[in-house]
Amino acid sequence: MTASDAHRAIDAVWRIESARLIAGLARIVRDVGVAEDLAQEALVAALEQWPESGVPDNPGAWLMATAKHRGIDRLRRREMVERKHQELGRELEIQQELAEPDPDAAIDDHIGDDMLSLVFTTCHPVLSTEARVAVTLRMLGGLTTKEIARAFLAPEATVAQRIVRAKKTLAEAEVPFEVPGSDELGDRLASVLEIVYLIFNEGYSATAGDDWLRPALCEDALRLGRILAELVPTEPEVHGLVALMEIQASRSRARVGPSGEPILLLDQVRARWDYMLVGRGLAALDRAEGLGGTPGQYTLQAAIAACHARARAPEETDWPRIAGLYGVLAELTRSPVVELNRAVALGMAFGPQEGLELVDELISEPSLEGYHLLPSVRGDLLAKLSRFVEAREEFERAAALTRNGRERELLSERARLLAG
Amino acid sequence: MRFMLMVKASEDSEKGIMPTEAELGEMGQYNEEMVKAGVMLAGEGLQPSSKGARVKFSGSDRTVTDGPFTETKELVAGYWLIQVKSREEAIEWVKRCPNPHAGESEIEIRQVFEAEDFGEELTPELREQEERIRAQADDNQ
Repeated sequence: MTASDAHRAIDAVWRIESARLIAGLARIVRDVGVAEDLAQEALVAALEQWPESGVPDNPGAWLMATAKHRGIDRLRRREMVERKHQELGRELEIQQELAEPDPDAAIDDHIGDDMLSLVFTTCHPVLSTEARVAVTLRMLGGLTTKEIARAFLAPEATVAQRIVRAKKTLAEAEVPFEVPGSDELGDRLASVLEIVYLIFNEGYSATAGDDWLRPALCEDALRLGRILAELVPTEPEVHGLVALMEIQASRSRARVGPSGEPILLLDQVRARWDYMLVGRGLAALDRAEGLGGTPGQYTLQAAIAACHARARAPEETDWPRIAGLYGVLAELTRSPVVELNRAVALGMAFGPQEGLELVDELISEPSLEGYHLLPSVRGDLLAKLSRFVEAREEFERAAALTRNGRERELLSERARLLAG
Repeated sequence: MRFMLMVKASEDSEKGIMPTEAELGEMGQYNEEMVKAGVMLAGEGLQPSSKGARVKFSGSDRTVTDGPFTETKELVAGYWLIQVKSREEAIEWVKRCPNPHAGESEIEIRQVFEAEDFGEELTPELREQEERIRAQADDNQ
């Protein structure tokens, strides 16, 4: 085995094992920062030894045993916790657990809870959004700092710093390594789902070409979502989020044109959708809806996405149902952007006049001021009502407001066409 | 990136001999592990080739041959579709698979083409195809 073969093999093992390793260690040392350091030390040891010795038969157990030894060494050097009297007992306890002879069995017993505790810790609200994203990708996704930096177009040093600071914040705030109790669970889970969806969107909003690495970010988010769905199978919103991401990902191939231009949903060639992902998305949505309860925002968004996914052709889209779902979503989120989407759906379902009435109500909404999609949607509805002069003004306004070059071209073009 | 993992057939699988309960259990556990890790997208076992058929193409001719087929070791007896970070990760997962047959088995690992694998030179055709499909869709309206 050449050194670079070995390194690639180690990368692969790391991708599979690191989250479980960090989670298992964090349960023992009760500090994810220390757990991650120990796991990293085990990785360094693997990088030193495996090119010579070959990859061991049970690489996960090897890494765990090595990390635990490092932990014991650290405790002996008294680095791991500050020496306070009340901590001595705890330290001994940790030392005992680290010395447990059968690491493999010990991980398996707790692994589900440990992984879940890790998710809740890396997405803890004490951290900034950016920190949560970085730490989650690093500790749960098994990404290197370099990969995270590339994905978010940030300097590697910045991301590294962000992770170091996050670990410190978690330690200082004494965030317990645990699954939150039922009183807190809802809010904390929302925080986790938010981060996963944010990672997905960061990948999904990028177009092909110069950003080829970004589809990988969608895959990372999907992987995290799928893991979560197995960890908390009784939470409908987890399945809702997975459904939403699977269905959105099913369109990746169809939503970018040959020269990198975005193709809108209704213009996409549906034969290019990935129907395996559509199927997985619809199955996840069934799971979410089958669990009952009031549907949350992800389940509702997934249900809307599913309406499009089920339509073989744009004209088969069930717009009245979409408008209804946006209505429920708007009540839940109180978001004017959702209302704007509802206006589009109303226009498609019941005619442009219906849509326009809602859009006109939204004009005075302060949070939509400067939002280019408001005049864009309004222009579209006006054009359908043959009010071309007003429509042109709206498209011109929208073109002036958007920050995206491609979109500006599109909107200016629409304005120009109406002038003729 | 996605990989298809193909389990090659064995004499037993071609005879339609089902795996034992213990073997099924082990395989089930392995599948569960891949699902929990968020990597498994799909996977199925295939019936013996005696229940299958082949369609041979020669120019515009089509010839149908019924199974079974003789080259057992080249036949596919089952597959998984997984989404992982690298070819090495796919290999690592396959190494963790319980031996699918008693005795000798082989699992072949093949990478699935993704949208970004299609280089620039394919765009004119793709565009043409798209336009054709679009025109068809318009006709159907």
